[in-house]
Amino acid sequence: MHGPQPILPLELREVVLALGGRRLIDGISCRFAAGLKTVIIGPNGAGKSLFLRLCHGLIRPTAGEIVWHGAAGRDPASAQAMVFQRPVMLRRSAVANIEYALSLQGLGRRLRRERVAEVLARTGLSEIADRPARVLSGGEQQKLALARAWALRPQVLFLDEPTSSLDPGASHAIEEIVRTLHAEGTRIIMTTHDLGQARRLADEVVFLHHGRIVEHAPAPAFFDGPASPLAAAFLRGELLWRE
Amino acid sequence: MSPLVEALWQAAALILHADSDLAEIVGLSLAVSLGATALAALVGMPIGAMAALFRFPGRRALVVLLDALMGLPPVVAGLFVYLILSRSGPLGFLGLLYSPLAMVIAQFILILPIVAALSRQVVEDHWREYEEQLRSLGAGPGRALPTLLWDGRFSLFTVVLAGFGRAIAEVGAVMIVGGNIAHVTRTMTTTIALEVNKGQLALAMALGIILIALAVSVNGSVHAAKHVAQRWGGQ
Repeated sequence: MHGPQPILPLELREVVLALGGRRLIDGISCRFAAGLKTVIIGPNGAGKSLFLRLCHGLIRPTAGEIVWHGAAGRDPASAQAMVFQRPVMLRRSAVANIEYALSLQGLGRRLRRERVAEVLARTGLSEIADRPARVLSGGEQQKLALARAWALRPQVLFLDEPTSSLDPGASHAIEEIVRTLHAEGTRIIMTTHDLGQARRLADEVVFLHHGRIVEHAPAPAFFDGPASPLAAAFLRGELLWRE
Repeated sequence: MSPLVEALWQAAALILHADSDLAEIVGLSLAVSLGATALAALVGMPIGAMAALFRFPGRRALVVLLDALMGLPPVVAGLFVYLILSRSGPLGFLGLLYSPLAMVIAQFILILPIVAALSRQVVEDHWREYEEQLRSLGAGPGRALPTLLWDGRFSLFTVVLAGFGRAIAEVGAVMIVGGNIAHVTRTMTTTIALEVNKGQLALAMALGIILIALAVSVNGSVHAAKHVAQRWGGQ
């Protein structure tokens, strides 16, 4: 576990997000304790990305509460990081992208340099450290986004479909980094479209549909025998646009 | 030899021999327009960035006003400054009318909306792209501002060049507030207008050639900035 005091568990209480009269997140309640890798799955438009953004504090809920029980009055934001589906790279070198994130946390130059060198080495990006980040390949950019998040030493890492536009090789590399981060104590909460990836990575699964949690279960139980007909249909590959 | 060709030869000779009158006029024009551009950049970029990043009462009206004033006619800007600086105007006691400083002020007013409005667009585009990531990293609009200005530096350089291009090429405003006084407020554009009226084309053509060369240089710089941005920033 990173940081001085754990911010988990995270609890959502009857969280609603309504936009334009539509309830995109519709009364979600759940709790995430430390230690697991949670994978959120569901059809397009289920609210997976919104769910992550709500948890990470990028969007305020219309109703309900999001509580970091361990934060105890402290701002939990600095103990979290998020990696987006499409990595957003600043117009500077790979190294400078990571250094920038660390400078926002107020780290001194020496500590920044050490952290940057460490995460670049561990993500296999040392060779391209000085190249402009935006001219890197999609896979390299996503690895760099993960390295940037890793350098922050977050207690909780949110990943929004981090491999959706990557080839199998790059996806494998990303999954390995996610496993390593988790092994070092970072709580993983991620979304994916890829059921294979969900099976490979998930300790527990949240199945979302129409902004509601249909099922929240340990991964083996969910994949071997989903409790809800909707989740079962989704796992069979059926299209759920009508339900 | 036709009068036109003769005038062209004379113009070339003036440029090649670095005629002192010509050099003085070009120097004054550059000093006035560069001064106005620097001032407009100093004031316009922060205004544009604030309008892009922050929500405040009157923001929408400011954006509309800046966009509308991008097409401000130079003679109107000149008239406005003239009224302010004329002896009976509120700043008439400063005695600035018919001075290079008055011309700087007039060009500043002319290009400020251009620099501010285009800067707003640049910063807004970058903020739209970066917002979630920067907020995730803990940077709100205030902390993001220097980042956005730095990452948008090549685009903002283009904005500054657009302002300079507008300033160096305008004639109406500097004519009204400068008075086109020889060796004091005579710029390239006002000299061209005067010399054409006098039927003396050589100096006018020489200055025209220099103005075109400046326009080409500005455009070349814009392309160079874009090339550098693509190569180093992946923009």
